[in-house]
Amino acid sequence: MANSQMTRGIAAGRLPAEVIAGNFSDLHPPLDPHEAAVAADRCYFCHDAPCMTACPTSIDIPLFIRQIQTGTPESAAKTILDQNILGGMCARVCPTETLCEEVCVREVAEGKPVLIGQLQRYATDTLMADGVHPFARAAPTGKRVAVVGAGPAGLACAHRLAMKGHDVVVYDARQKPGGLNEYGIASYKTVGGFAQAEVDWLLQIGGITMELGKALGDGLSLDGLRDGFDAVFLGIGLAGVNALRAEGEDREGVRDAVDFIAELRQSDDLTSLPVGRNVVVIGGGMTAVDAAVQSKLLGAQTVTIAYRRGQQQMAASVFEQDLAASRGVRILCNVMPVAVQDGEIELEYTAQEAGALKGTGERFRIVADQVFKAIGQRLDGAPDGLKIEAGKIAVSDDGKTSITGVWAGGDCASGGDDLTVTAVAEGRDAAEDIDRALRS
Amino acid sequence: MADLTSNFVGIRSPNPFWLASAPPTDKEYNVRRAFEAGWGGVVWKTLGEDGPPVVNVNGPRYGAIWGADRRLLGLNNIELITDRPLEVNLREIKAVKRDYPDRAVVVSIMVPCEEAAWKAILPLVEETGADGIELNFGCPHGMSERGMGAAVGQVPEYIEMVARWCKQNTRMPVIVKLTPNITDVRKPARAAKAGGADAVSLINTISSITSVNLDTMSPEPSIDGKGSHGGYCGPAVKPIALNMVAEIARDPETADLPISGIGGVTTWRDAAEFLALGAGNVQVCTAAMTYGFKIVQEMISGLSQWMDEKGHATVADIVGRAVPNVTDWQYLNLNYVTKARINQDECIKCGRCYIACEDTSHQAITMSPDRLFEVQDDECVACNLCVEVCPVEGCITMEAMTPGTVDPRTGRVVQKDYANWTTHPNNPATVKAAE
Ligand SMILES: Cc1cc2nc3c(=O)[nH]c(=O)nc-3n(C[C@H](O)[C@H](O)[C@H](O)COP(=O)(O)OP(=O)(O)OC[C@H]3O[C@@H](n4cnc5c(N)ncnc54)[C@H](O)[C@@H]3O)c2cc1C
Ligand SMILES: Cc1cc2nc3c(=O)[nH]c(=O)nc-3n(C[C@H](O)[C@H](O)[C@H](O)COP(=O)(O)O)c2cc1C
Ligand code: SF4
Repeated sequence: MANSQMTRGIAAGRLPAEVIAGNFSDLHPPLDPHEAAVAADRCYFCHDAPCMTACPTSIDIPLFIRQIQTGTPESAAKTILDQNILGGMCARVCPTETLCEEVCVREVAEGKPVLIGQLQRYATDTLMADGVHPFARAAPTGKRVAVVGAGPAGLACAHRLAMKGHDVVVYDARQKPGGLNEYGIASYKTVGGFAQAEVDWLLQIGGITMELGKALGDGLSLDGLRDGFDAVFLGIGLAGVNALRAEGEDREGVRDAVDFIAELRQSDDLTSLPVGRNVVVIGGGMTAVDAAVQSKLLGAQTVTIAYRRGQQQMAASVFEQDLAASRGVRILCNVMPVAVQDGEIELEYTAQEAGALKGTGERFRIVADQVFKAIGQRLDGAPDGLKIEAGKIAVSDDGKTSITGVWAGGDCASGGDDLTVTAVAEGRDAAEDIDRALRS
Repeated sequence: MADLTSNFVGIRSPNPFWLASAPPTDKEYNVRRAFEAGWGGVVWKTLGEDGPPVVNVNGPRYGAIWGADRRLLGLNNIELITDRPLEVNLREIKAVKRDYPDRAVVVSIMVPCEEAAWKAILPLVEETGADGIELNFGCPHGMSERGMGAAVGQVPEYIEMVARWCKQNTRMPVIVKLTPNITDVRKPARAAKAGGADAVSLINTISSITSVNLDTMSPEPSIDGKGSHGGYCGPAVKPIALNMVAEIARDPETADLPISGIGGVTTWRDAAEFLALGAGNVQVCTAAMTYGFKIVQEMISGLSQWMDEKGHATVADIVGRAVPNVTDWQYLNLNYVTKARINQDECIKCGRCYIACEDTSHQAITMSPDRLFEVQDDECVACNLCVEVCPVEGCITMEAMTPGTVDPRTGRVVQKDYANWTTHPNNPATVKAAE
C-alpha cells in the first residue's frame, strides 16, 4: 500500500505528487501587470524614504517603483540591480516585514505597506525574462582576485569586481554555486530553479571563472591564494552546525535541519523524500521555521517547533511564525530538549533565572519520529591567523580582515544580520574597497 | 544608449528636461539642487524691473485637486513673479551659470510694456552669462492687472512688438512664453514669430478656481476669507497644453518655430508625448513641486529606455514625429471600423463598462446573471467609453474590423479604402459640390 500521512516512522510519498507540487509552489505568486500597477500606484515617492534606509543594500525603492508606475520595469530593474545584483533573489527571500515594508509610511498609516518585495520581483523578473544583463565591464585592470564561497556574498563581490575590470576566480566547496540560495532557502520562496538561473544571469558580466568542488583547507590555502592573486575575499558562510547537547543526539532520526533542507532543495522528486510522521524541530529561527513548514508540506502528520525562550525572542519574524502556524505547525516556547528516545523526545520547561536560562525540572514527552536540529550555524574552516570576533571573522566596515589583502563578508564575517541581502551588501562593499586598494 | 543631449535654439543641455520658471527656480539654492539632481536646464523665476520687488500674499498661495489616494492632479497658485531684488537674482544666476556651464540657464523676464524697460534689463541679464531669455506673457493673475503677463500675451500686436524690442536689444535667443488664456493659440505664436522670436514656450497657467470652502464660502486658497482666481497647472492641464503645442506645430505659418513644451509633464512619457507633438524640449514645474527634483531620474531613464526600444538615437529624432498625424476631424477615415473587445481573463467583473454603455451610450454590452460581460457587435459604435472606464488597463481594447467583413451594426461591408467626411454623401457640402 502507498504511504500516507499516517504511515509510521520516517517515510516518503506521504502525499500525492500533485498535492506536494501544489504545496511547494510559489509562496507569493508573481504579480501580473495589473497587480503591479495597482501596487506601484500606492507608493508616495517619499523623500529620503525610510524603506531605502531599511534596505541593507540601500536600493532606491521610490525610484524603482516610480519606474514601474511609468511603464519601465526594465529601468526599475536596473535601479535595483545597481545596488543589489541579487535583487531577484532578495525580492523573494528578504524578510521585508522586518526591513523595507516594516517602515513603509503606508504600513504606519494604514497597516498595509506598499508591496516592495513583490514589486522588486516584478521588475527583476521582467528584465531577466528579456535575458538582458544591463552591466558592462570597465577596461581590464590586469588585477586578479580570488573569491572563496559562491554564496550571495561571494557572488555580489565577484560581480562588482568583474564590473570594475578585475579578473575573478570564484572557488566553492560545493558542486553548484549559489550558497544557501541553492542549498538553504525554503523551496517555496525560490521555485523553478531560480537560484541557478540567477547565477547564470549574473555571470553574463564576464571575467568570472567558477572553480567548483574546491575547498579552502582542502587543497586550497589562504597563503596560496594570497600568493596567486592580488586580493582575496572570503564569503564562506557558516558551514558548521551547533550541537544540541541532549542525550540521544546521535540517534537515527536526529538530523541537522540544514542538511534536510539542502537535500530537499536538491531533490528533483519530492515524493521520494522521506519525512517523519511526527516531526520535532529544535530552534527558533528561520531555519527552524523552514524545516518545520517544509516537513509539513511533505506530509508530516504533526510538526512541532520547540524553542527554549519566549516567543518574542524568536529570531523568526512574526510573518514567518504566522506562516508556520497557517501551515499547521505548532510552536512550543520555553522548552528545551533533554533526551531523544525511541519515537519520542523529552522536553523540559525553561525559565529565566538571574539572567540565565534554566530548566524548571518539569519535563514531558511528545512523539517524535524525526528530530531536526536548527539551533544555529557557526563558522567552520576559517583559515588560521584571521582575527575572530564573537565566532566570526572580524572585519572593518568595508570588509577588511586582520590580514592585509584579505577581505570577508556575509554570514562568516562579523556585524550585520545573517540575511541574504546583508551578505550581498557586504560582498559589494568589500569589492568597492578591494577596487580602491588595487588602484592605489 | 540613446543620446539625450538637447540643442534648443542653440542652447545646449545634457537632457531635454528643464525646470519651468516658477518657485523651483527662484533662487540659487534650489537651482543648484536641481542641477545636482540631474536637470538639464532651468528657466529662472521671472524677473521684474529694478526697484522695489513685487510682494506676494502672506497666506496660502496654492489650491489643488486630487485623484484617488490623494494623488495631486491639479495645482493652482496666486503667486507673482520673483519677490526678491533684481540684483540678488542676477548675482545668483551668474554664479550658477559659472558653476554649471553645461546646463541651460534661461532667464524669464516680465517688465512693463515699454521699450525702455526692456532695454534697461536686457544688458543686465546678458551680463550674467545666461543662455537665453524667456518673455513671460503668461501669468494670469496679479501681473496682468498691472498690464503685464497675460495682459500682453492676449494681444498679439504687443507680443510682436516686445519680441522685436528684445531681438533688437540682445544677442541672446528669445523665447516667448504663451498664455493658454486665449481662444486661438496660433495667433500669439504667429505674432511671436513675426517679432523675430527664436521660439515659443507653452503653456503658462490657466485661470482657475480649484475649490470653494463651503464653511467660509471662500474660494481656495483663501486669504482672510477671500480668494482670487489663480493659475492652474499640473497633470490636469497636460491635454490642453498638448493640443496647443500641436496647433502651433502643424500651423504652416509656425511649423518651423521651435517650441518648448510645458504643462503637466510628470513622467518620461508625458515628455515624449510633447516631443512627438513638436516640442524641442520640455519644462516642468508642478511635478517637481509635488515630488522633488529626483523625479528627473525617472524621466531620464524612461525616455532613454523607450528611445532604445524604438531605435531613436537622438532627441531630435523624436521631435515632431506625431505632428503629421494630427489632423482635422473631417479628414479622419470613416471607413475605419472598430469594435470593443473584453478580455475575459483580465476582466474583474466590476460592471463599470456595462453601466457606462447601458446608461449613457449604446447598450452594446450585455451582462449575464453570473456577471459575464460581452460586447454586442451589432450595437457597438466603438466609442471607447468602456475602454476608458475599465479599471484594468488593457482589459478592454479596440480592434479594427478586417476590410471585407460585414459590420453587424450597419450591415455594411467594411471598406479598405480611406474615405472621410468631405466626400461623405451626408455632408451637405459634398451634395452641393455634386450638384
Ligand atoms: C535554512 C535557511 C533559510 C534561510 N532563509 C533565509 C531567508 O528566507 N531570507 C534571508 O534573507 N536569509 C535566509 N537565510 C540566511 C541566508 O541564506 C544567508 O544569510 C546567506 O546565504 C549568507 O550568504 P553567504 O554568501 O555569506 O554564505 P552562504 O550562502 O552560506 O555561502 C557560502 C558558500 O561558501 C562555500 N564554502 C564554505 N566553506 C568553504 C570552504 N572552506 N571553501 C570553499 N567554499 C566554502 C559554501 O559551499 C557556500 O556555497 C537562511 C539560511 C538558512 C540556513
Ligand atoms: C507657484 C507657481 C509660480 C509660477 N510662476 C511663474 C513665473 O513666475 N513665470 C512663469 O513664466 N511661469 C510661472 N509659473 C508657470 C510655470 O512655469 C508653468 O508654465 C506651469 O506651471 C505649467 O507647468 P506644470 O504643469 O509643469 O506646472 C508658475 C507656476 C507655479 C505653480
Ligand atoms: S512648504 Fe509648508 S513649510 Fe514650506 S514655506 Fe510652504 S507652507 Fe511653509
